[in-house]
Amino acid sequence: VLHVDRRSYYAGNWASFTFNGLLSWIEEYKVSLQAGPSDEAAQEKVEEGEEALALSSLDTSITNVEVFCYASEEPEEVEEGVKDGAAAAWSVPQTPDSEGEVERCLLESSSVEEEEADEQQASPSPAESQPEPKKQITYTKIVKEGRRFNIDLVSKLMYSRGSLVDLLIKSNVSRYAEFKNVTRILTYRNGKVEQVPCSRADVFGSKQLTVVEKRMLMKFLTFCLDFEQHPEEYQDFSVHSFWDFLLTKKLTENLRHFILHSIAMVTPDVCTVEGLRATQHFLRCLGRYGNTPFLFPLYGLGEIPQCFCRMCAVFGGIYCLRQSVRCLVLDKESGKCKAVIDSNGQRISCSHFVVEDGYIGLDQRKNVDSRQISRAVLITDRSILPSDSEQQISLVTVPPVEPGSPVVRMVELCSSTMTCMPGTYLVHLTCSSSGSAREDLAPVVSRLFCIPVREEGSEVPSVLWALYFNMRDTSAVDRSSYDLPSNVHVCTSPDAALGSDHAIKLAEAVFRQLLPEEEFCPPAPNPEDIIYDGEGPQGEGPGFEEADPAEALPSQGEVESAERQEEAEDAGETGDVAKQETVAVAENEPRPASEE
Amino acid sequence: QHGRVKLKSTAQQEEEKRKEREKKLKIYVTARDAVFAKRKNGMLDDEALLLTQQLLSSNPDVATLWNYRREILLHLETIREEVDVQKMYEDELSFLESCLKVNPKSYGSWHHRGWVSARLPRPDWTRELGLCDRCLSLDDRNFHCWDYRRMVVKMSGVPVDQELQFTDRLIGSNFSNYSSWHYRSTLLPLLHPESPDHSHRVCEEQLLKEYELVQNAFFTDPNDQSAWFYYRWLLGRGMYCYVVPPLPCLTVMCPYFPGRSVSWCRDSATDQELFRSELSVEKTSVLQSELQSCNQLLELEPQNKWCLLTIILLMRALDPLGYERETLSHFQTLKEVDPMRGAYYGDLCSKFMIENTILKMEYAEVRVFSLSDKNLTTLCHLDQLLLVTHINLSSNQLLRLPPQFAMLQCLEVLEADNNAIENLEGLYHLPKLEDVSLKNNKLSRLSDLQPLASCPKLTRLDLRRNPVTQLVNIESELAELLPSVTDLLL
Repeated sequence: VLHVDRRSYYAGNWASFTFNGLLSWIEEYKVSLQAGPSDEAAQEKVEEGEEALALSSLDTSITNVEVFCYASEEPEEVEEGVKDGAAAAWSVPQTPDSEGEVERCLLESSSVEEEEADEQQASPSPAESQPEPKKQITYTKIVKEGRRFNIDLVSKLMYSRGSLVDLLIKSNVSRYAEFKNVTRILTYRNGKVEQVPCSRADVFGSKQLTVVEKRMLMKFLTFCLDFEQHPEEYQDFSVHSFWDFLLTKKLTENLRHFILHSIAMVTPDVCTVEGLRATQHFLRCLGRYGNTPFLFPLYGLGEIPQCFCRMCAVFGGIYCLRQSVRCLVLDKESGKCKAVIDSNGQRISCSHFVVEDGYIGLDQRKNVDSRQISRAVLITDRSILPSDSEQQISLVTVPPVEPGSPVVRMVELCSSTMTCMPGTYLVHLTCSSSGSAREDLAPVVSRLFCIPVREEGSEVPSVLWALYFNMRDTSAVDRSSYDLPSNVHVCTSPDAALGSDHAIKLAEAVFRQLLPEEEFCPPAPNPEDIIYDGEGPQGEGPGFEEADPAEALPSQGEVESAERQEEAEDAGETGDVAKQETVAVAENEPRPASEE
Repeated sequence: QHGRVKLKSTAQQEEEKRKEREKKLKIYVTARDAVFAKRKNGMLDDEALLLTQQLLSSNPDVATLWNYRREILLHLETIREEVDVQKMYEDELSFLESCLKVNPKSYGSWHHRGWVSARLPRPDWTRELGLCDRCLSLDDRNFHCWDYRRMVVKMSGVPVDQELQFTDRLIGSNFSNYSSWHYRSTLLPLLHPESPDHSHRVCEEQLLKEYELVQNAFFTDPNDQSAWFYYRWLLGRGMYCYVVPPLPCLTVMCPYFPGRSVSWCRDSATDQELFRSELSVEKTSVLQSELQSCNQLLELEPQNKWCLLTIILLMRALDPLGYERETLSHFQTLKEVDPMRGAYYGDLCSKFMIENTILKMEYAEVRVFSLSDKNLTTLCHLDQLLLVTHINLSSNQLLRLPPQFAMLQCLEVLEADNNAIENLEGLYHLPKLEDVSLKNNKLSRLSDLQPLASCPKLTRLDLRRNPVTQLVNIESELAELLPSVTDLLL
């Protein structure tokens, strides 16, 4: 397996970034990707009886990138009074809807670094000093602690009995990651954020439900757990919506809200069976690892694709970053892809080629799907619902705030998830787009958060920094919509759903086409069960050296480097493969979820 | 082939594991023999400590080794400075932690930990509480840990209110936990006593809070019995304090003197409280509202046995006669939804029916006790029927007339037709009994009728449709056994 990526990081739109890494990513979307060698250069490598099929060199999957900074940009060292004064002065013109603020903060024209430098020069105006008890987090501090952030482009959670968790366990890839339980499910209702009682312990402890409601809720949920066994309860509703079904169940208004929006997490118009199935899935995931049905990987969701890459690398996969595939070489007779030509003009033979949708040019698409995902990333200074513990990981379901506006899913991560610096929270908002990300999500942000600075005594968290962007959602595009050779396999972009089922299903489907006889992601053997025939240095030396230029995995922090070293050595054993054939032969180890 | 990972075969792996196990066993056996040899020679040194540690860390359940360790530690304690003793026991504690990881329910390890903690010159109880919390979060029903924790709490004097919060936390994370509920029941009277004189009771304000808490539990999961048990304990604070009136005449079995009449009387001042609980007006209203809550739950869960049973008990406490009809119908439902305990419910229902009849009788001051056709399965409270002269127990499901039946010293007429009685041991020395009707029962042997011979005034006996009547010579045998009976029906 040869894995080439035009980017300098793994996992494409599934990646996660440090704060500074994210700023560079934002920058990238302003500069078009450098032009590769001309088609003529590629043409030289194409032999008789072959034709070249160019891939798109421009990634257009990310649009409407907008950045807003509300944190004070003073350096930390500045005397308290001066800093607060400056913060206040800085924040005055920034009402959420003011045009001035948008211009000022929009990073379309000037980079954060520049802006920050400007501010540092311009701001020292020791004006009115207001003593503020809680130390504010400055932008400088965020940048300085930027390595503590791991900001995902895609916000998903792992259903604890979902296909991703099953696959991680089955393949032993789970050994490369650690996980935390999502600690609570919240919802936005009647202008307030409330905890959703979903487990038995939650229902017992809930203060908002009467005892009778508790019984009704438990009774309904117990029924959902094995609803197939009681067809008489719902078969009359097979043609009606789930909402109608809930209405007949004599559930109170808040119970219906909890069930529909936060447990089934479906729209009111889905059919009864689908709603029941969604509820059942949620409930079956409860209690496997904790009090909610979800897990979140430490260091962010971007860890997951990297874990699969790591496993692949350990067993001989070769990874090349900052190297792209220019075009495919097709055999005219069979119409199959027999080789690719990379950005250096090198021709690499292959029997299969797996590519991400973003590389496919318009010519190869039969129809264009314009679906988008709207995303917002916020760094805030306190939790949306403060509790005894500061370290809560919350899923917040936000039903349409106005008729016609989208259902928004929000995930609030605390610093112990290793995705944000202590004292801050990282908030991801996701919805299917109806407009630009900011149009879709800003109404929710302004209802739930303070922008820019909190009023005295307000409990609402303040937004320190915000990023909006849209990501193209090609998850619904069928393979038959691409005009491509049969041995070219397309992976679509991340979808808007909360779970990762779509990606797993797709990866398995691609794998089935590559190797119909092989097991998908079989358990990786334990290190002690592997036989090294070249025991000793001779296997390790040159092979390891050769494998190395194929890029070490991106560094995630010193902690893991030791572990990686070990794996690199493991990889070294099979590294002589790399020496002999720098050829993309997708035969040995498949890459599960992915890009090219 | 290049690039293919070569794996050991299953047989290879098995073989390796087997060798590994063999090696371990050899080491274990050698160490064990060495330890026993040392103990025999009375060696109490560091080496022995080390050897026992090796053995116990792979198998913490060998009591002999723990005993030996304690001998060594006690010895070392006498020859070491206090600082070193502290260090020695601290090391012991961290060693014990590793043993508990091997087996969290090891009797030996927990016992040894308690012993070490008690001997530690400067114990760190906070740390011990933390350890217990961690263990309980892994298994909230580990009774070894609960035991050890009780000891730690006692030794370190954790305030009672803090302990109550601890139970709050455990119940909050999983209320199906008898240990936590029970612990609460011991803490509440200490923290919120009703009054200094009634230190075993809980004050009303706190009781109301507890009712709310436990209702949340049984509304959330009505099939979980731990909450119901606690609830019944709470209700019991107001309910089952029956006032049993002193009955001086019954303290000694009255000797029987022929020809002399014995008179019986009973102080009736406390009659009204016979089976009633002593409820204040406030408590009555509390129970009334508890009954409402339970009825609400029953509406949602008409088949729930715990709910039905609790309602029955609440009704008993509030107004046994007024709720009689409802109680009976709930018993009927109970028997249907929980047939496994049908006999238990039958007995309980019989008891309540008898109590009700006695109450009614007391009010009317009659001396006739009639409970026919009520599905009685057992007899009780017979001591309360001292003054009864006529008793009718026909058409029930009684199997016997128990020894306590002999309490009915004034009884003249007994009707117990259509039961399944096969034993009459209670019809014994009843001085006034004249007429006994036992039609259609299961009396089958002559010896079963033997007790009747001790009733001097018995003149009429109806034994029709009993197996005993089929015996040969029964008539003459009976005439011999019961000469006073003049009117015998077979």
